[in-house]
Amino acid sequence: MNRSSPGEPLTHNDNAHHELIIRVRDLDLWYGESQALHGIDLDLYRNNVTALIGPSGCGKSTFLRCLNRMNDLIPSVRVKGSVEMEGRDVNDARTDEVALRRLVGMVFQKPNPFPKSIYDNVAYAPRMHDLVSRKPDVDDLVEQALRDAGLWDEVKDKLKQPGTSLSGGQQQRLCIARAIAVRPEVILMDEPTSALDPISTATIEDLMDRLKLQFTIVTVTHNMQQAARVADYTAFFHLGEVVEYNDTKTMFSNPATKRAEDYITGRYG
Amino acid sequence: MSQSLDEITLQLKRRHRQSRLMKWLSMGALGLAGLFLVFFFTDMLMKGLPAFQQAQIQVKAHYSEQASKMPPAAVDEDIRDLVSRGWLRLIPRQIQDQPKLLGTTRTEWVLADGQVDQYLKDHPNRLSEDARARVDEMVAQGRAELRFNLRFFTSGDSKMPELAGIMAAALGTVWTMLVTLVIAFPIGVMTAIYLEEFAPDNRLTQLIEININNLAAIPSILFGLLGLAIFINFFGVPRSTPLVGGMTLALMTLPVIIIATRTALRSVPDSIRHAAFGVGCSRWQVVRDHVLPLAMPGIMTGSIIGLAQAMGETAPLIIVGMVAFIPDVGGTITDAATVLPAQVFTWSGEPDRAFVEKTAGGIVVLLAVLIALNATAVLLRRKFERRW
Ligand SMILES: Nc1ncnc2c1ncn2[C@@H]1O[C@H](COP(=O)(O)OP(=O)(O)OP(=O)(O)O)[C@@H](O)[C@H]1O
Ligand SMILES: [Mg+2]
Repeated sequence: MNRSSPGEPLTHNDNAHHELIIRVRDLDLWYGESQALHGIDLDLYRNNVTALIGPSGCGKSTFLRCLNRMNDLIPSVRVKGSVEMEGRDVNDARTDEVALRRLVGMVFQKPNPFPKSIYDNVAYAPRMHDLVSRKPDVDDLVEQALRDAGLWDEVKDKLKQPGTSLSGGQQQRLCIARAIAVRPEVILMDEPTSALDPISTATIEDLMDRLKLQFTIVTVTHNMQQAARVADYTAFFHLGEVVEYNDTKTMFSNPATKRAEDYITGRYG
Repeated sequence: MSQSLDEITLQLKRRHRQSRLMKWLSMGALGLAGLFLVFFFTDMLMKGLPAFQQAQIQVKAHYSEQASKMPPAAVDEDIRDLVSRGWLRLIPRQIQDQPKLLGTTRTEWVLADGQVDQYLKDHPNRLSEDARARVDEMVAQGRAELRFNLRFFTSGDSKMPELAGIMAAALGTVWTMLVTLVIAFPIGVMTAIYLEEFAPDNRLTQLIEININNLAAIPSILFGLLGLAIFINFFGVPRSTPLVGGMTLALMTLPVIIIATRTALRSVPDSIRHAAFGVGCSRWQVVRDHVLPLAMPGIMTGSIIGLAQAMGETAPLIIVGMVAFIPDVGGTITDAATVLPAQVFTWSGEPDRAFVEKTAGGIVVLLAVLIALNATAVLLRRKFERRW
């Protein structure tokens, strides 16, 4: 099936869901005077894993941060174009970025648990958003989030210990538990496994496979095997543009563009 | 061609010698600084410790009708000149307070005259030969001795050295510091939070930042002039009071607290802020729930050190009139008061030699309080310091 409009993937993955959740159109972004994103068109589908790949500095993280307006924290940033979610432009003045971030959670490259107990790391945000208030409900929610993040069995006896006392891989899963505890629609992951060993990486990849049943995941990775394993769709970024957006299988077996092929096969540095 | 181990070792000799030399030099510097400190402390303690003792003598006190009109009649003539006139002066009031005393004669330990005190401490004094002989005799009989000087810690200032105490000044310091803390801490911390977490980084905030740093370097006496001009002359705050003194010191402490707080806030890694924003915290929630708890030890240590600085400050307080003579303990923030360093300053200017030890005693008390404050700062930092 061929693309009918910009932003759609070139080939459809028949096994994937195709309910649109975020529609990005003609997105430009400047850091001060230098433009980092050029006319990005991208459709993101609910309950899919979409991987963003591309050489260092091509704008993957920048694009990811546009989806939950974390770029607002950088004073020099200027954005043009539309990022539509639930029929609304997230950059619209009427959209509250705090509300947006409750629906679009984020997991960072370096695990960054709060300097609080494991329990409070997970319980903090749901309490803050008034999702739960009674103690037993909070307990249930913490347990559920930690189970979903595949961490429950390892930490159930030490919930009062500081989150920072865990290993790197455990900390990253704690951060995932923290993100899913507020039941977001979308989870953004910026190279979530780049600081982890192969076993923790495999654990988190399995996790993404399960989590996409409940959430929509957009992940950045430099690991081609990882993209091939976990993603339904893959977008190849280069110099601030989306060069190719394709069904992951097609992207890795039969890329449509030369640049994507070179990058995937390692001919491009 | 590569060098052999021996050649390299040979070259290294000079470098090793240099580092040994630097090590000895720096150790010497440390030793010298330590020596000064030890010297200073022993000198102060040697001079100040006698102030914590005061001569007392045992007398027969006649609480008679006559004594209530003419206090010296309360003790027998032969030792009248050895008894503190300050104590004698208190007799009528004592009789008034406790009517039961009237008409009784009691054997009591009472404050000796300041000169007797100096004589017993082997300090220069103006006691006559005859009086010295009588004191020696009383000492031999066990009727005159140096006792712990509780009065020094419980009473206010006096023109008679044996009656002079540090309590009024200590209370004045407590009130002044409370006012300073209540004003400077919230304003300083909130200013720092605004500048560090909310304000955009532009020309204006940079200008404010530079000026705050400059403020910290202004000589403290200028803050006194500012306090005089603004608080006393313009707003009409009563002079000599802990209120105006505290406000003046708050001006001085503000930049210290602001700078300490900003440093503490800046040392909280951005990854924590990103994590908090990432789960949908508002800016204030990020600060309140995540940044402040981590910055708190630093903020508290900085503030305590700022307060300790303010506490040792005399110059600006002299300008706002806080070197008053305060004989009574128990004023509030709107009564005239003095503070510890000002009290030390007053005593150091007294001609009576007995005040030398009071001066040193006051310094010992002031130092003890400052050391306690700084130790608290260190403890707080240890206790609340958290890793992330
Ligand atoms: N805070 C910033 N201020 C200014 N320029 C920035 C900032 N962050 C990123 N850039 C620039 O924007 C471009 C894209 O950066 P970005 O971090 O999005 O790349 P990336 O694809 O995530 O790279 P990597 O794979 O190394 O993480 C780069 O040229 C970078 O220099
Ligand atoms: Mg990146």
